[in-house]
Amino acid sequence: MAYTISRPKLNFAEKVYLPAIITGLGITIRHFINIVTGKTKVTMQYPEEKWDKKLPPYYRGAPTLVKDEYGRERCVACQLCEFICPPRAITIHAGEIPEKDRWRKVEKFPKEFEIDMIRCIYCGLCEEVCPEQAIFLRKDYAITGLTRQEMVHNKEKLYELGGVMTGLVYKWNDKK
Amino acid sequence: MIITIVVSLAKAIGLIFLIILPMVSYTVYAERRVSAMIQDRIGPNRVGIPLTLFGFPKDIPFYGLVQPIADAVKLLLKEDFTPAHVNKLYYWLAPACAMAPSMMALAVIPFGSQLWGEPMVVANVDVGVLWVFAVSSLGVYGIVLAGWSSNSKYPFLGGIRSSSQMISYELSLALSVIPIFMVCGTLNLPDIVKYQIDHGWLISPIWIKGISLFPPGINFQEIWRSIDILKIILWIPLFISFIVFVISMFAETNRLPFDLPEAETELVGGYHTEYSSMKFALFFLGEYAAMIAGAAVIVTLFFGAWHVPFLPTTLHNPYTVWGVLLGLIHITAFFVKVALLLFFFIWVRWTLPRFRYDQLMRLGWYFFIEIALVNVFIVAIILPFVPK
Amino acid sequence: MSPILFWIFVAVMLFFGGMVVLNRSPVGSALSLVVSFLALAALYVSLDAYFIGVIQILVYAGAVMVLFLFIIMLLDLRAESRRRVNFPAVCGGFVVIILFIKVLSEVCYSFEGGNAKFPPISQGPQGDVWHVGMILFQQYNVPLQVVGTLILVASIGVVILSKRVLK
Repeated sequence: MAYTISRPKLNFAEKVYLPAIITGLGITIRHFINIVTGKTKVTMQYPEEKWDKKLPPYYRGAPTLVKDEYGRERCVACQLCEFICPPRAITIHAGEIPEKDRWRKVEKFPKEFEIDMIRCIYCGLCEEVCPEQAIFLRKDYAITGLTRQEMVHNKEKLYELGGVMTGLVYKWNDKK
Repeated sequence: MIITIVVSLAKAIGLIFLIILPMVSYTVYAERRVSAMIQDRIGPNRVGIPLTLFGFPKDIPFYGLVQPIADAVKLLLKEDFTPAHVNKLYYWLAPACAMAPSMMALAVIPFGSQLWGEPMVVANVDVGVLWVFAVSSLGVYGIVLAGWSSNSKYPFLGGIRSSSQMISYELSLALSVIPIFMVCGTLNLPDIVKYQIDHGWLISPIWIKGISLFPPGINFQEIWRSIDILKIILWIPLFISFIVFVISMFAETNRLPFDLPEAETELVGGYHTEYSSMKFALFFLGEYAAMIAGAAVIVTLFFGAWHVPFLPTTLHNPYTVWGVLLGLIHITAFFVKVALLLFFFIWVRWTLPRFRYDQLMRLGWYFFIEIALVNVFIVAIILPFVPK
Repeated sequence: MSPILFWIFVAVMLFFGGMVVLNRSPVGSALSLVVSFLALAALYVSLDAYFIGVIQILVYAGAVMVLFLFIIMLLDLRAESRRRVNFPAVCGGFVVIILFIKVLSEVCYSFEGGNAKFPPISQGPQGDVWHVGMILFQQYNVPLQVVGTLILVASIGVVILSKRVLK
């Protein structure tokens, strides 16, 4: 059923618009004055102020690989992260750990580990799925590069960004 | 003869290239900055002196004041693209037609008292204000041509809207200044300014004469004599005509709330949708130059042009340092007033929403023309009682 | 004003006057007419008739021609640009023009006042606007009022006629 919307009855001041216009001008000039006198809070001025210090501990930045304090690379090239990665940003080429090595029982290590940072969506699933506590999302958010090649983080770069993480579970250590 | 031509040329070139064009680009900057501040943002505050280009570690941001130069460079270097479906001749002609009239309108504006004895107005003609109206009414051709020659529907709609809008509001614009001519008894803009110096700015109801700073002194008798009830009564219709004139000027320069020819939400870019690069920039500059010309006319008619209250208007010897300084102060005063009005233009733009088209036409034809006409009669009734 | 400027403006005016007729696109014709009006206004100004010159621009170039252009653009006349040149008609037109110029010159030279030089316009302290006003409102006051009333009646008539529903 069609029905008519009742229009409000305007009095003279509302009909000539001018009082309303002046009120509106008052509102805008108040905003203007507030920002000139610095009362209004504005967004962070990015390159000068960065929010590195204010980042929460759960912040998900660039994914990185870590080594533990014994200098062992944590990744065992199980490729779970490669499978779970929604945009398929991770490529792992696994290699075998040689016979004589101390960590022979781990069997596999990543010969090559690449994360394409153009594809990465910073979802954190790789960190979540990792059974070895090897991949962590760190707080780097300004990942830039001039070429596509530069944006693919290889193993060295990932370890360089990740560094050494202590206090992890050492499930491959010798039994005490 | 040659000297007159050289002096006129110097005045015209000085006015346009030293004052108006920089003012246009900084009005664009002010528009962006003020709009940002009204919306609780900061606006362009980055572009400064690019010292990093020369190997220094840091740029000087300079409140973004170099932004207009960056904009100009950007617009000059962009590809100048001419679509295949346009009517080439008129398509090329339109930007110039949009830019030139607003510059020409400035020719009759008295933007200063005098420098070295030379009056600061490019052309002191008797038809002053009519010249402004005549030339600014030609400004519509640029827009109409742009809309028509683009051979595309949005520019065409923009052109149609603009021409009907400008024709409608020219009437109330012209009618609303008739009271001023009746009060001042002249069309010549420098004479109108002289009237305002003697009798007070037309915008102010009372005018206190007898106070001067150089030499300092107060003449109470003259103050008492300068307050006149009839003048205050006369001020009412003049103020009405000020309001009508300013609002019509908003419509005439296509500013919000009357910016229907280029309403982005309805017409993409309006009449300059098909334009790019410097041709687009000319439309942009023309629009802001028209705004400055409009503000200059308002300042001349209602705010006493270059007059600064309580300062002497002339010195005995204009060739001394003080004479030149006074002339410079007057020029500065004029452009400060223009800048304040431009701020008002910008302020209104970022406050009010756009009118609907039928509302715009209704407002022009049903209200402003009638108000302006009745105003003329009111002034005619009051004027015989006001002592000269 | 120097004679050079006079001839320049005359040339511009005549050239664009011709273009009004010769131009095949209606918009082009209308714009040529605008330029012709502007040159004519310049000629008025050269005669120290600033007021007439400015009114010429304001009324004809600024208002009337804008309306013309407006309507031409809305009508979108394409037929005119497709029409072929009618050769006999063009020849006939030229014959008429030549005959007209002949008659005009005959009349001008046979007429005594046609050769007379006008006295220079007296330049008082008042501008020409003042003179026009004085003449209009003193000498021709009654005709002016009559014309004004006529125009008022005409405009009211237009308003009434353009209303769709008459009650």
